[in-house]
Amino acid sequence: MSETQYLAAKTIDEAVTAHSKANGSARFLAGGTDLLVQIKSGIKKPKLVIDIKKIVELNTIKEVSDNEFVVGASVSGANLNRNNKFTKLWPGVIEAFRLIGSEQIQGRASLGGNLCNGSPAGDSVPALIAAGCIAIIAGPDGKKEIPIENFHKGPGKTVLENGEMLVSLKFPKREINSSDAYLRMTPRTEMDIAVVGCGVNITLENNVCTAARVSLGAVAPTPLLIKDASDIMIGTDLNSDILDKVANLCIKACNPINDKRGTIDYRTKVAGVLLKRSVLIAIDRIKGN
Amino acid sequence: MSKIQVSTNINNESVEYLCEPHDTMLNVLRNQLDLTGSKESCGSGDCGSCSIILDGELVCSCLMLAAEAEGSKLETIEGMSEGGKLHALQQKFLEKAALQCGICTPGFLMASKALLDHNPTPTETEVRFWLAGNLCRCTGYDKIVKAVLEVADDMKESA
Repeated sequence: MSETQYLAAKTIDEAVTAHSKANGSARFLAGGTDLLVQIKSGIKKPKLVIDIKKIVELNTIKEVSDNEFVVGASVSGANLNRNNKFTKLWPGVIEAFRLIGSEQIQGRASLGGNLCNGSPAGDSVPALIAAGCIAIIAGPDGKKEIPIENFHKGPGKTVLENGEMLVSLKFPKREINSSDAYLRMTPRTEMDIAVVGCGVNITLENNVCTAARVSLGAVAPTPLLIKDASDIMIGTDLNSDILDKVANLCIKACNPINDKRGTIDYRTKVAGVLLKRSVLIAIDRIKGN
Repeated sequence: MSKIQVSTNINNESVEYLCEPHDTMLNVLRNQLDLTGSKESCGSGDCGSCSIILDGELVCSCLMLAAEAEGSKLETIEGMSEGGKLHALQQKFLEKAALQCGICTPGFLMASKALLDHNPTPTETEVRFWLAGNLCRCTGYDKIVKAVLEVADDMKESA
């Protein structure tokens, strides 16, 4: 890392321009809990590290209108967790984000970093996809918006081009009678990487599901939005027969790898189980149980 | 390559130092500022023995660049006792034998302080979850958890 330069950018323009000029040899530094480990171990050797935490917009949680939040890309887990309104509206996003690492890691790690790290197993990502969250990206040609489910292109790969920076995460206005949940399977209860992660986000009106989004992590090269599984929930009362069907569609969508954390068979089966359990948790949350 | 000049505040004292862009905060604390209480064990944010408090947040100083401290406020283990008087947590760790070899102890104390700063009345489960990022390979965790809970109880009584 001896050739690395450090720049604490004050504005989005400064960060984007510096990244653009570096022609692929620069990395944005938010919490650093992935990047600094990767640099220390020699996996990444950036010539320029651009610290983005001093850019106000990236470090701000903003309620832009009632129940509608925009969370800066470098806002830490500890910081977001102290926002009582956000945690009440998006308990699934918070429980996914808070699963990542220890309190020390939470003091620094960000939703934006978890997303940009590009891991198929990043815990917060399925929860963000289920939430219907949008990535706001700044680049040399201005800002653009991309749904989180389209953000990843493969393990470690995202849509971000040279000079483009994730600025913030825009959550949809939270409707009443809605809630979300995230569950993951790990061999240990804490401090581990997901074997399967499942995020769900539903709206119920008089016990009928009127909106649903299901997302799975760690079962394919990228986190997935399971569109067909989400769609068949709508208009139903989410009884156990429906949930069996939804679980089967989730199982069909899985395309995992065998590795030391879990086999293909195991990951696939667990995806269906987690789907059912997380839907039940989201229903309980809507009903205030 | 030019060094970076950093102005920061460590344990309520203004501090200035020059660092390389790649220097970690831990490296500068230990090797430049002679604040060797924070330990490096894993160097990858898994063990918590380098824990410090940065602008009120508990962080691993091994996963922070020294250049990032510009304009910040840092607390390290060296600032925990006041005027030669041990902090209640330090005193209780001694009384309860909540340490053995001592390498993890500064990290546990900083993490415990951050917990009680944020949540003065934690449950045992909350203490165990909060301290899950600090690894101890000799004493084990029970004595540490009990010491933290007793300090919280003492604080409640004296409040």
